[in-house]
Amino acid sequence: MTEISKKQNFTARYGWIFWGIIVVFLYIWSLTGLQFSGLQESAGEVSKSIINGLFHPEWSYFYDGSGEDLFSLIIQTLAIAFLGTFVSAILSVPFAFFAARAPKEGKFHPRSTSGKFVLVFIRTFPELVLAIMFIKAVGPGSFAGVLAVSIHSIGMLGKLFGEAIENMDRGSEEAIQSAGGSKADMWLLATMPTIMPEFLSYTLYRFEIAVRSASILGMVGAGGIGTPLLFAIQTRNWSRVGIILLGIIVMVTLIDLISGSIRKKLV
Amino acid sequence: MDKDLLPKRSFAQKYHVRGIGGTILFFFLLWGSAVMTGVNWGDFFTNLDQFFDLLSRMAHPAWDYTNIVIQPIIETIQMALIGTTIGTLIAIPFSVLAARNLVKNPIVRGIIRFILNLVRTLPDLLLAALFVAVVGIGSTAGVWTLAVFSFGMISKLFYETIETIDDGPLEALRAAGANNVQVVVFAVIPQVLNSFVSYFLYTFEINVRASTVLGYLGAGGIGVYLQRSLSSFRYDQTAVIVIAILLVVIVIDAVSNKLRERLQ
Repeated sequence: MTEISKKQNFTARYGWIFWGIIVVFLYIWSLTGLQFSGLQESAGEVSKSIINGLFHPEWSYFYDGSGEDLFSLIIQTLAIAFLGTFVSAILSVPFAFFAARAPKEGKFHPRSTSGKFVLVFIRTFPELVLAIMFIKAVGPGSFAGVLAVSIHSIGMLGKLFGEAIENMDRGSEEAIQSAGGSKADMWLLATMPTIMPEFLSYTLYRFEIAVRSASILGMVGAGGIGTPLLFAIQTRNWSRVGIILLGIIVMVTLIDLISGSIRKKLV
Repeated sequence: MDKDLLPKRSFAQKYHVRGIGGTILFFFLLWGSAVMTGVNWGDFFTNLDQFFDLLSRMAHPAWDYTNIVIQPIIETIQMALIGTTIGTLIAIPFSVLAARNLVKNPIVRGIIRFILNLVRTLPDLLLAALFVAVVGIGSTAGVWTLAVFSFGMISKLFYETIETIDDGPLEALRAAGANNVQVVVFAVIPQVLNSFVSYFLYTFEINVRASTVLGYLGAGGIGVYLQRSLSSFRYDQTAVIVIAILLVVIVIDAVSNKLRERLQ
């Protein structure tokens, strides 16, 4: 008895020293491992120009009717995110049922565990690499962006959908079954209507993320606002960088607001 | 049954204007997006063999490349750790100033929250492109990118935690004549420390994922090699890098999840 309390006392009293040493070691390891190149001489000047560009954006770039202006490209970015999320929401449903554990199944079920692993793999596969692979297939442009968003989003949507299925209320399914409904009836009349609001809410949430990623996919040539942004940064055209940054900030904020208010109504 | 006794439905309800209109609008948006982005499924399926050719080349990873990959992937983790730490240190004062129960002045709170919202809208690669322009190519740019990126995320998580704390200890300290700093140190910090560490680990996980691609724009870490292998069409090397990223992310997630469970 006293032995145990002594032991607990020991870890409670000196446990933090152990963790402290680990943390200190980690930081020393990281700080010595990184090569801090130091700031460029032009760093101050460049950041001054960026801030200056943010306050003096090139308004003429906003819309000039050429289709290569900010407004058209922002719409294109939204279109990539919208279409990509739509396709991935449909593709995610089979993955979700594949990865979801049925209520009576144990922790390690071959189907559900392998399904979850596939989803982890899709989620970790960098979206940029996916975009470059699709550019090889369909050529540079926003279609490659749509495909990259569609495939990459399956990783997260499949996981969220699967968790929704695992946690859903099975009462209505049982009701249909006991009334003599077939498996298809059960799925169509009980499972889908029960999880639909959650599916939609997660899809909207993913759309918010897709808008952010669609705005940078252009940096590898997959359409949207990213291409002119990277170009403007490389040519040091700071007033153009300024207006594009403003455009992205306004776009993301608006989409977050709209999608957030719809999601509040859904759940 | 008398028809007049039935409740009247408006025109919009009778003809399901909202449902039908919403569906039409949705399909119109889909169609518009497809036109905007130049969707061409025919093109996609005819070129699918090229995509599979690429995949089959990735299915034969160049294992001898592993030795070269280890160093940058360690650099990636180090970048994520330092970046998250800097972001967290900046986030702490901001989250205190943005919390409703600590700062009663709505103007100060509003300004701070506005700044935080602005920072959170910026995608990670965009920040990387900017920081590469400011501090030059290398892992320093990556560290600053991750610092700013995690600053936006973590200050929101932090101030939401602060807003849920128990007011009792705060009132007790104020009644005993403590000043604001003492209230924060003795009443707020003990209540939020566990969630703070937990959120720090969560942000670290996200940053490890993010840092793997930052190098694509020159911000250090494994992304530099990713870009190199892709631009030289060495997809067998790309495969090794992707596998390495996968392993690191899974290990970091598992360790961080274990630690976060213990904190709860």
